[in-house]
Amino acid sequence: MHIPDGFIDLPTSVAFVAASTVAVAGAVKGARKQLSEQSAPLAGLTAVFIFAVQMLNFPVAAGTSGHLIGAALAMVLVGPYAATLALVVVLIIQAFLFADGGLTALGLSVFNMAVISVWVSFAVFVVLKKILPKSKTWVVVATFIAALVSVPAAAIGFVIQYAIGANATFSVTTVLNAMVGTHILIGIGEAIITALTVSAVLASRSDLVFGWDKKNSTLEIRA
Amino acid sequence: MKISNRKFFASAILVSALLAGGVSFYASSSPDGLEKVAEDVGFIETAKDHTLSDFTLADYGVSGLENARLSVGLAGLIGVVATAVIAVGFFTLIRKKAPIKNQ
Repeated sequence: MHIPDGFIDLPTSVAFVAASTVAVAGAVKGARKQLSEQSAPLAGLTAVFIFAVQMLNFPVAAGTSGHLIGAALAMVLVGPYAATLALVVVLIIQAFLFADGGLTALGLSVFNMAVISVWVSFAVFVVLKKILPKSKTWVVVATFIAALVSVPAAAIGFVIQYAIGANATFSVTTVLNAMVGTHILIGIGEAIITALTVSAVLASRSDLVFGWDKKNSTLEIRA
Repeated sequence: MKISNRKFFASAILVSALLAGGVSFYASSSPDGLEKVAEDVGFIETAKDHTLSDFTLADYGVSGLENARLSVGLAGLIGVVATAVIAVGFFTLIRKKAPIKNQ
């Protein structure tokens, strides 16, 4: 969902650079408090893994592909603040090194994938964790649903930007329907990859997973 | 089965390198969701060429490398290394100065 230059007009793009900058500054502040000697390298590693998996476009429907965003994955592994920053690093590298995602559109893409996608998935994850039983299986279920929702959430972010400042005059409703429909399908892929990855980390190093309360680990060992 | 820090981090880097350097060749080349919607609805024409579209690594390929597998694989590996250096460096820079265990 890397937006090329030209889809959205310059004033709107600039406004979203400003909005993204504010969000990123807030994320730096939050991550500074949360990251420890051990979780800082994990956050870096999460960015590396997301970069790699974002290269793997999978087919979703005739003539359409999608790839992982990684917002929910990073959120569950390292928390929402560091997740926002990990996504920003990936998006900057893609735009400047690989010409993927327009340079003037960077603020738009960052807002959708590093801000909306991360924080919507975090809200869903927090609510689900409150409702669901406290076990690793249910954390993976919450992860799956948070990831599934995170993709159409980012797509709706684009539709809002389109509504504000598109360089085209096609109806917003048409764009909304097409974007949400396609990205629910991509969201299923996102959810599967995210759930599998989180399961693997929970199995090998649950202590490193932000979304897994260490208290539960102790209880499990006792039981 | 708890594995050591070293083993965990090494495996994560290895998996990332294999995915970006090898598996990426098999990725679907169909337009992604946004691009497809833009084509179907019709606003794809408003897209401009990327400012850096002539850059050596543009579109995840090393320009000049004829072999597609090599080209995308090498671009992927460069991306993995670049992301590792920048992201790990950045997060180490902003994390708490004093480790928790010393407090």
